[in-house]
Amino acid sequence: MAVIAPRDFRKRMNRRKWEGRAFYVLCLLAITVALAMLAVLLIYIAVKGYSQVNWSFITSFPSRHPDEAGIKSALLGSIYLVIIAGLVSFVLGVGAAVYLEEYAGRNRFAKIAQINIANLAGVPSIVYGILGLEIFVRSLHLGKSLAAGGFTLALLILPIIIIASQEAIRAVPPSIREGGYALGASRWQTVWHLVLPQAFSGILTGVILAVSRAMGETAPLIVIGALTFVPFTPDGPLSRFSALPIQIFNWTSRPQAGFQEAAAAGIIVLLILLLSMNALAVILRNKLENRS
Amino acid sequence: MLQADPILQTKDLSVYYGANRVVTEVTLDVLRNRITAIIGPSGSGKSTLLRCFNRMNDLIPTFRLSGEVLFEGRNLYTPTVDPTEIRYQIGMVFQRPNPFPKSIFDNVAFGPRINGYNGNLADLVERSLQRAAIWDEVKDRLKSSALSLSGGQQQRLCIARTLAIEPTVILMDEPCSSLDPIATLAIEELMRELSEDYSIVIVTHNMQQAARVSNYTAFLMAEGDRVGQLIEFGESRQIFTNPQDERTEAYITGRFG
Repeated sequence: MAVIAPRDFRKRMNRRKWEGRAFYVLCLLAITVALAMLAVLLIYIAVKGYSQVNWSFITSFPSRHPDEAGIKSALLGSIYLVIIAGLVSFVLGVGAAVYLEEYAGRNRFAKIAQINIANLAGVPSIVYGILGLEIFVRSLHLGKSLAAGGFTLALLILPIIIIASQEAIRAVPPSIREGGYALGASRWQTVWHLVLPQAFSGILTGVILAVSRAMGETAPLIVIGALTFVPFTPDGPLSRFSALPIQIFNWTSRPQAGFQEAAAAGIIVLLILLLSMNALAVILRNKLENRS
Repeated sequence: MLQADPILQTKDLSVYYGANRVVTEVTLDVLRNRITAIIGPSGSGKSTLLRCFNRMNDLIPTFRLSGEVLFEGRNLYTPTVDPTEIRYQIGMVFQRPNPFPKSIFDNVAFGPRINGYNGNLADLVERSLQRAAIWDEVKDRLKSSALSLSGGQQQRLCIARTLAIEPTVILMDEPCSSLDPIATLAIEELMRELSEDYSIVIVTHNMQQAARVSNYTAFLMAEGDRVGQLIEFGESRQIFTNPQDERTEAYITGRFG
């Protein structure tokens, strides 16, 4: 005997089908809106800026004349910044992740650190800018330099890298560690020879994604005093600098139509860089998944 | 008899994970150059007892023990003993083959390398693979990944990896539980050969296996809050044909477990 009478079941069935259908349409709509916005943005930028994107735009310094203006110094600045930020945050982030996953166990300090790392990942980037200004620019006398900018961005992406590295380290099966310990490996040898090599692609994926976030950051660099007009190539870590987002921000605030186009062209270059970095991260992640 | 001296002993050994006692007052002698099997139903503390012999339990934060574990007469759990020093004299093979994601050669060479072996590494690797009866299958592809081997081959590779550090004792934690019958037979044959030079302790679920390969058998079980107590220990022939304790008899005749 069915608990639910067939008549009652059929009555509800139609309504249930409709609900299912409506939910499906709603979800489809959500993804369409998201994608459409992205498409509109990309098309708008591409149409506006594509005529400006050429070799001389990339290899010229900024100029008072929009059609002569280029992004050489800003592009170089951005590249140097993310190299500094990437290296610093990689070393600190992986170190912190190894400590938390392999050494700390369940002690109080580790618990507090863990909660704070999660909180730090949510701190607005401008706050990091203020921190960088106080510590690197003023206290450590680095000035408004590439080093100060790079270190500030490193702090900004550090929590992301720690969390990504922790996940990668946690994904290494415990049986691998046991195998190492059982052969007389010390903790350090187990981590260095067995755990880190296996976690490496995961860590690298996290670092690339984090660095691509750093590359798009504007606010902290404005706070620590990045320049908007740099007619020279940065010649060392203590050199003053500009960066792509700063240059773009500056051009968009100019009244001339030519600078608007230059800004759009700059955005295209920045987007290409970011998308290729994200693609690289995806490729690395797939490689990792295929291997395990 | 000179050969029959105990290499590992436990005296009144109890093990706790947090507040739970998982091994209760076990006193046991493991004899040199013999195969000792530890049998018992699931959750009877077999693996935990085995892992006391190479201090693998140290990796579990809430682990604590009372009583003594002696290796060649020396207490393994005195503060002056470094677990890594123990583990290269007492090797371990795990339930599931756990080769490192490295080449076959590097898997075997790992232990000697980290322990500072400075003889001829290639010779040692070859010798170890031969002793583990896998050399003929892998000699032409030492550079390929260990993960490309079958489960049974991986387990023999793990045994070769353990032999490469030339331990005195080999602990095996259900080494055949994830293998098919043919691979299981190969490992059992290997154990018999190895027992000429090594002392072997094997935890197994499989009573036929214990009866086939071991010289001595320890039967553990849980009774109320006395988890992991040693019910009976003796020569395997006697345990399996003429057990002294009725609980042993009930277990080996398949009435529970």
